[in-house]
This record gives sequence, C-alpha cells and structure tokens, in this order.
Amino acid sequence: MDPALIKIAIGGVVLLGCIGLFFGIGLAIAAHKFAVETNPLIEEVLESLPLAQCGGCGYPGCEGYAIAVVTDPDVPPNLCFPGKERVAAVVAELTGKKLTAVEDQIAVVRCSREEGRVSHKHEYIGFASCTAANLGFGGPSSCQYACIGLGECAEVCPFDAITMVENFPVVNPDKCVSCGACVRTCPKKIIEIQTLKARVYVPCSTMDMGNKVKAVCQVGCIACKLCVKACPAGAVAYENNRIKIDHKACIAYGPSCNEACVAKCPRDIFRTYQGREVIARKPELGLKMAG
Amino acid sequence: MTSLLTFPKGGVHPPESKAQTSQLSIESMPVPDELELILGQHIGAPCTPTVAKRGEVNEGDIIGEVSKGLGVPLHSPVAGKVKDLGSSAHPMRVSSPSITIAVNHEAEPRRYQERDWHSYEPKELLGMVKDAGIIGIGGAGFPTHVKLSPPPDNPIDTLLLNGAECEPYITSDHRQMLEYAADIVEGAKIILKILGIKQCAIGIESNKPDAILAMTEAARAGSTADFSLSVKALTVKYPQGSEKQLIQAITGRKVPAMALPSAVGVVVHNVSTARAIRDAVVLGKPLCDKVVTIAGKGIARPANLLVKVGTKISDIVNYLGGLKPDLAKIVMGGPMMGFAVSNLEIPVTKTTSAILFLAADEIDTAPHSQCIRCGWCLDACPMGLEPKEIAIYVEAGRPQDTAQFGVFECFECGSCAYVCPAKRPIVQFVRLAKMKAKR
Repeated sequence: MDPALIKIAIGGVVLLGCIGLFFGIGLAIAAHKFAVETNPLIEEVLESLPLAQCGGCGYPGCEGYAIAVVTDPDVPPNLCFPGKERVAAVVAELTGKKLTAVEDQIAVVRCSREEGRVSHKHEYIGFASCTAANLGFGGPSSCQYACIGLGECAEVCPFDAITMVENFPVVNPDKCVSCGACVRTCPKKIIEIQTLKARVYVPCSTMDMGNKVKAVCQVGCIACKLCVKACPAGAVAYENNRIKIDHKACIAYGPSCNEACVAKCPRDIFRTYQGREVIARKPELGLKMAG
Repeated sequence: MTSLLTFPKGGVHPPESKAQTSQLSIESMPVPDELELILGQHIGAPCTPTVAKRGEVNEGDIIGEVSKGLGVPLHSPVAGKVKDLGSSAHPMRVSSPSITIAVNHEAEPRRYQERDWHSYEPKELLGMVKDAGIIGIGGAGFPTHVKLSPPPDNPIDTLLLNGAECEPYITSDHRQMLEYAADIVEGAKIILKILGIKQCAIGIESNKPDAILAMTEAARAGSTADFSLSVKALTVKYPQGSEKQLIQAITGRKVPAMALPSAVGVVVHNVSTARAIRDAVVLGKPLCDKVVTIAGKGIARPANLLVKVGTKISDIVNYLGGLKPDLAKIVMGGPMMGFAVSNLEIPVTKTTSAILFLAADEIDTAPHSQCIRCGWCLDACPMGLEPKEIAIYVEAGRPQDTAQFGVFECFECGSCAYVCPAKRPIVQFVRLAKMKAKR
C-alpha cells in the first residue's frame, strides 16, 4: 500500500481519537459538576412498584407516588392498588412506615340497563365514545343515568379488566386492581370502587323519582327508601338522590340482619354481593346476574 | 350597484331549501294548554324561580330571577297557574330545571301602551332591555344588556344588524324583516342611542331581495341627522351570519383571535333581537314569544309560527296537522348548527329559531370513515383552522393536545363536516376537544 495513504489513515485515527478524548473529558467534568442529586431510596421504591402507571394512587404515575411516599411522611405505603399487600410490605419496609392492611377492592358498574330492559330513545350516529354520545341529549338510553355502552371504560383500563358484553362493561375480578381509571373516565359517573367484602350493593345510579324510573327501567331504584328503614345497622342512607351504603357499618353489624334491605326491596335492585365468584359476570354467560 | 360583500376565507354553499317557508307570512299559533319554561334560557347561570307551586301568574310577570352573575329575568308569557317546578327535557343538556304553567285561556291578553322612547336616558333604556329578559335570540343566547355595555377602553363606532340568515331552511328573520321592517329599524335606533353612536349597517344575504328592499326603505325612512342606517347586501355563502365573518364582510375589520367584536369597535345584534328591544322599550313588553320556522318534508304543513316561549314541539306538531311517515330526524335550529332531538316534549326557548322535521332524503346517515387528508375542511373553514388535525387527535385519544390547532377559535359552524367526503362528524370531535383541551 502507498505509505502516503497509511499516513492519512493514521492521521485520521489520531485526530478523531483526540477529539473523542477532549469531549470525553469535557463530558466527564460536566457530569460531575451538574449531577442531579437523587434520593437513592426513591429509586429503590420505584423499582419495587409494578410500574403500571395507572394513577390509582392519586399521584401522576409510579414515580410521582415513589417521590411522595419517600418525602412525605403522611403518605401511607399501601396506596399501590395493583401491587396489593406484597408491594405495600416492601414499600413500608423501605420507607420505615407502619404497614396497614390493603383493602381488596373492585370496580362495580352501578347500572342494570340490560336487566331493566332500558330502551333507546334515539339512534346515535357519530364517534363511538361515551363522552361524545353523552354530549347529545345525554346518550341514547332513555334512562339518563344508564350506561351508554360504547366502552370508554374498557378502553382506558390499563389492566384490560373490563370487557364489553352486549354493550355493557363486565369487570373481571381477577384483573381489576381498583385503580379507578374507569371511574374517572365514565361520563355518567356510574362506576364505583367498592370493597370486595361488601355484603350488599345497589347496581343503579338513578337520581330520578319513582314514576320517572318506572317509565324507563324495569328494575331501577324508585327511591321508596324501604331499605333505609329496614337496615338495623343504619348503614343504608339516601344521599343526593341515590342509595349510599356504608359498607363498614354493614360489615361490622354482621349477618344477623339476614339482609333485611334485600328482602324489603320491591324492585329487586338491592342485591346480595358475595365476593369474587358470585359477582363475576362471566362474559361467556352473557349478562345473567346473581341475586 | 355596488358588489356583494363577503368574508375572505372558507365557507360553503349548502342547498338553501328556503322556498318551502319564505313566502309564508308569520302566523300566530294559539296558546296551548300548558307551557314549560326552561330556567336556563341564556348563557350563564340559570334563573331561580320566584313563584311557588300552585301560585297564580299574570302575563308578563317575572317568574325567574338571576341572583348573581350574567343573566336576565324570565317572564311568564301567559296568565295561568304554576303547575309544577320540575325539570324538562333539554336539547343540549340532558334535562334542565323548568317551570310548568297551566294556561288560563279566559284571561284577557295584556295590552301594551306605546310610549315615546326618545326622552329616556341611555341608562334607563339599558335597564328596560335587561328587565325585559332580552338575550341574543339569533342563537347564542348571550344577555343583550351585557353586549350593550362594552368595556370603556374599546370605543364602539358601528352597530351591525345581522339579517344574513345563512342557515338553510330558516326564514324567521326573513319574514320579520319583511313584516316588521320599521320596528327593526326603530330597535336599531334605540341600540344606537344606548351605545351613543350614529352608524348602523344591516347585513342581508342577497337571496332575500324582498327583505333587502323592505329594509332599505325602512332604513331610509328611519335615518335622521342623529342616526344613519344603511343596508348592505351580502353574498350567499355559509356562515355569512357568523359574528366575526359578518364584521369582516361589512367593515373589513378582522376580530383578533379570542377577542370580542368590541375590540374592533363593532357591536353585532340579530335583527330579531333589535325587534325585541323595540317591543321592550316602546311597548314595555318582555321577551316571551318567538318566530320559529317549522320546515322540512316530515311535517304536514310548514309555517313561520309566532309561538309563546315554552310551547312544546308536540303542541306545534298537533297544530300543524301532525308528522308525515317519512320523518327521519327532528332538528332544533338550522341543519348546519342545530341539535337533533329525540323527544317531542322539548319546549321552545328564547333562542329557538327553527324546528326542522327532516325526511330520510334530506339527511345523511352514512357511517363515517378514516380521514383521507384531502384538505377540503381546510378550504372550508372560515376561521382558517385545520379541522382534520383536531378530529384525528381526538380519535387518537389526545383531545387535551388540540389547543395548538386553535380549537377554541372554532365556533362549530359545521362547514368542515359538511364538505368532508369521509362523512366525519368533525364538529362532534371539536366539541369533545373543547371539553378536554387546556385553554
């Protein structure tokens, strides 16, 4: 080979090497001088989280919660819903906080549109999104509190726990971690997070009075308030035109009341709720409900 | 002959479809047995009722007041008894609080005495406009007295009266300009006195030559040394009657983004609002009836009806001989910006200018498909926006990022959706975007 060419090649290697060395040293100095102080504990806590970014804890993403739980002494270690007890224990240990029990919760759709045979008041043509359908006349259902059924909740669920069956959301209790993403997106506000230990529930969100409900739904709550009077524990209340159950008081009273509220309900909308197996409406079975 | 005025960018030419009702005189509909008055007739907080259940009311009595914020009182259009304070179906909201009045047909209709308004001070006139419950009855429902008290740092020099009526089918303003031209001009003079200015231009689309003639004559007769009124003929192009487009067509001034017309020294009112102001000031009559165009192939007899505010669609249908079997869609308002309704129990409000009963061949129910980026909506948009981008962002689940495309500048005229070859419901996408985007 021509020695001149070898000379050029060596020169090139040396020149590039010098440039690399110069910038390498520069970067090393800069990295040292402008280093961002991080709390190694935050990193550790973040690594222990499931990183689902569901927002169920109420903080912006998993990193938001990791920073909050490490820096704020008032933030409890059991807020990560997808992580359940296992993650709560690790976070409690890392942050030195006291571990409190993680309540097993699940999203419950408080609507019985299918059982109540709620009809459509108009045909909706347009963008298939519940919020969009809700903008025009409150959605196509004749009950203005009924599930619209276009599946926005199923779309936002980060855990794929909601399946749409006959245009109605069915929550898979094995996948639902009660992060609340569906609760926040539902334009009708009919999804609620409820403890899995609950004994009874009311799958209806109407705020209308008797005759209006009877006109549109065969099972909807008619606000007769018999359940409120029947409950010996005082756990059932009629607040803001809706039935509200104080599950803590209900569970504390125990089964000696024989579910007086369910027995008294003339509309078959107050139902027993016996944990995972019974409430799980299996997609393949359609919308047949227990109770 | 001067050439026709128009706005420079965008716009569409939908079929006018006005022949059905444009030659029909305004017809007064008998008062039905029951009226339902929605408490939130205007933009802003709804009124609170000032009457009790089973209380007696006389024609013109105040039945709802706004305690704070933007708003005007609501009056009873008839004498009768308050039957219920409940909620009624509403075309945009799901339901809205309302007052139901059982009409007393025996009661004498109230008589209004004419009075000379020239002696009143502008402040007193403004008070009369507010007390009469007048809002922008062209459609927006903005309280008129607020528009008539512009901020002091923007001197107003021109009043524009909007008689463009660019929406297809609607002829209620057209008929009012023909039949009440002198009243509209008198209303305009009252507005001029309140604003303390001289100049008024009345914009009318050139598809209403008879209205242009009637208004020109009335304007000439009404012009004095203090008030100079003129009529401007406009090109037939939708949305010529939109506030910002009308200002640019007539005065050549461009209203800046996110600003009000007062920023360029202009106040715009609908011709029917001017007539309501005249009735309020000269007769002392509150705003409680409305000229509504009833048209479309799905109604037995189309008409321009003078109805009481609170008349239900079902009463109008019964009066006009019922529905035809090929009815496919009922729209409150015009076909471009109106709302489809699913319930005949919805009452007429102060802002209802038309109820259309459209047959299957008058509407398009084809399903929408993906955007093909043809750019027709960019050409059609009178505000110079990119409607396709907003729609794509919403569809992709990012409505919060649409402010960069000027989504809050959009006034939902529907020109983009009208030209879209993929039949995309772009206005609906925009409404969703406005709900979720950050200002």
